[in-house]
Amino acid sequence: MEISENVPASMTEIQDEIIEEFSFLGDDRESIVFYIMELGQKLPELEEKYKVEENIIKGCQSKVWLTADLEGDRVIFNADSNTDITKGLISLLIRVLSGQSVDNILKADLYFIEKIGMGQIIGSQRSNGLVAMIKQMKLYALAYKSKLS
Amino acid sequence: MSQLAENIDSKLHVLSIRSKFPLLNQEVNGKKLIYFDNAATTQKPDCVINAISTYYTEYNANIHRGLHSLAERATAAYENTRATVRSFINAREVEEVIFTSGTTESINLVSNAFGRKLLHPGDEVIISELEHHSNIVPWQLICQEKGARLRIIPVDEQGDLDLSAFRKLLSAKTKIVAVNHVSNSLGTINPVKEIVKSAHESGAVVLLDGAQASAHLDIDVQALDCDFYAFSAHKIFGPTGVGVLYGKRQLLESMDPYQGGGEMIREVTFEKTTYGEIPYKFEAGTPNIADVVAFNEALNFVKQLGDKEEILRHEHSLLKLATEKLKEIPGLSIIGEAKNKIGVISFIIDGLHHFDIGMMLDAKGIAVRTGHHCTQPLMERFKIDGTVRVSFSIYNTPEEVSIFVNSLKQISEKWR
Repeated sequence: MEISENVPASMTEIQDEIIEEFSFLGDDRESIVFYIMELGQKLPELEEKYKVEENIIKGCQSKVWLTADLEGDRVIFNADSNTDITKGLISLLIRVLSGQSVDNILKADLYFIEKIGMGQIIGSQRSNGLVAMIKQMKLYALAYKSKLS
Repeated sequence: MSQLAENIDSKLHVLSIRSKFPLLNQEVNGKKLIYFDNAATTQKPDCVINAISTYYTEYNANIHRGLHSLAERATAAYENTRATVRSFINAREVEEVIFTSGTTESINLVSNAFGRKLLHPGDEVIISELEHHSNIVPWQLICQEKGARLRIIPVDEQGDLDLSAFRKLLSAKTKIVAVNHVSNSLGTINPVKEIVKSAHESGAVVLLDGAQASAHLDIDVQALDCDFYAFSAHKIFGPTGVGVLYGKRQLLESMDPYQGGGEMIREVTFEKTTYGEIPYKFEAGTPNIADVVAFNEALNFVKQLGDKEEILRHEHSLLKLATEKLKEIPGLSIIGEAKNKIGVISFIIDGLHHFDIGMMLDAKGIAVRTGHHCTQPLMERFKIDGTVRVSFSIYNTPEEVSIFVNSLKQISEKWR
């Protein structure tokens, strides 16, 4: 697991970047789905030893594994899935949240999800999975916060 | 398109049939819709859509008890559907046709009202590895409650039931055999007549889950000699929320009611209630009148298409075309290649998850099913966690098959 030495861009900056990328794709669903697939295929695979039951996110239709490590006051997330589209969605969340401080993760307003029309892109079933994923990321941050204090 | 569509080995006029299904004429995600999820639900012809509207516009009333003219008209229309269903499945009597909310409720009705009375500790219920969850779970529940045992007919590599294993499972302990007429995941047409015969020789009662058969095969419950037959209206161009349970009179009469309420009683006092005759004994409460009425139009529509063999011939020509072309795609495996199949193909592509395939096809306007198709034990038997399933109907064309296969080829080449 690589840890960036640099302070990550702010969550607002990253989210605005994602919104801009998606705006280039326009309304063409095929381009959007393909883009998410591409993101998914680019996300580094989680090592097999982390693909265990305790790292599985409950509430996702596909299998999703998530790990969270504390580096200083920042949480590094890594995740994987058995489907590329899910991996693509996860990679967006990781891009925004991973490397951020525990406090920032806890108060994160993930407005990019609505702005890029994620609900329509992935449908209601997968949206529930996405909510479960965000909840789990925030729970990790909460657990680390109590450890830090 | 017209030439291709009319050129297939079938007497069905596919384009004229298509024109009766308004939903099919639309774009999805900027592409012309190709609807290949007919095993999940079929689209509705305008006669069915109009019948629902006409019912609510002209003669909505509660049935059976009302004396006024609207109630008479609604009752007549509702009972008319029952008569049409009787003829559609060749039941002996209209009283043997019970309306339910769908195949699932029909099976639950039998497992509850019949299974509970019949089963004792040590008894056995036989189902198969091919079953939909709705023909597994109701039997599991009642077996747990009664201390009975669930036995499973295995499926071979092709997707056929192992009939010799079935015969070995049969014994004096076997009380109920519940199998599907056609598999929803693989499309296998099961030799149900033989199954019924063997089961009867062992003294067992047979329920056939006909959810996937009714739109494609001739259903003759007398020729099949099954004791119960369950199917849903929405899989045969009718509305959602309507199902049928056929049962032999003697069995239905021996069963206690499944639910209590209005419609199903003869006389109610606080001390004792006596029940109405079949079929009303099993239709407690106000039924789904509008959709039952509209279901009549769906059945008449199918009847007007002509022979069911023509329907199957058309779907088989699509099945053959799609199967041949799909096999050209590297890494693609078809799950279930029984000799006797309806127009259903389940497949996987090595290195591509079925969810991703489904979503990319959807982006191209092609509607298919992905996942375990409510047959998790069957998926486990084939050691997979799901498939992509395409299922054809009367309004699908060879051109749609070509577009689908070419799209899939592109997806597979790009992403695999």
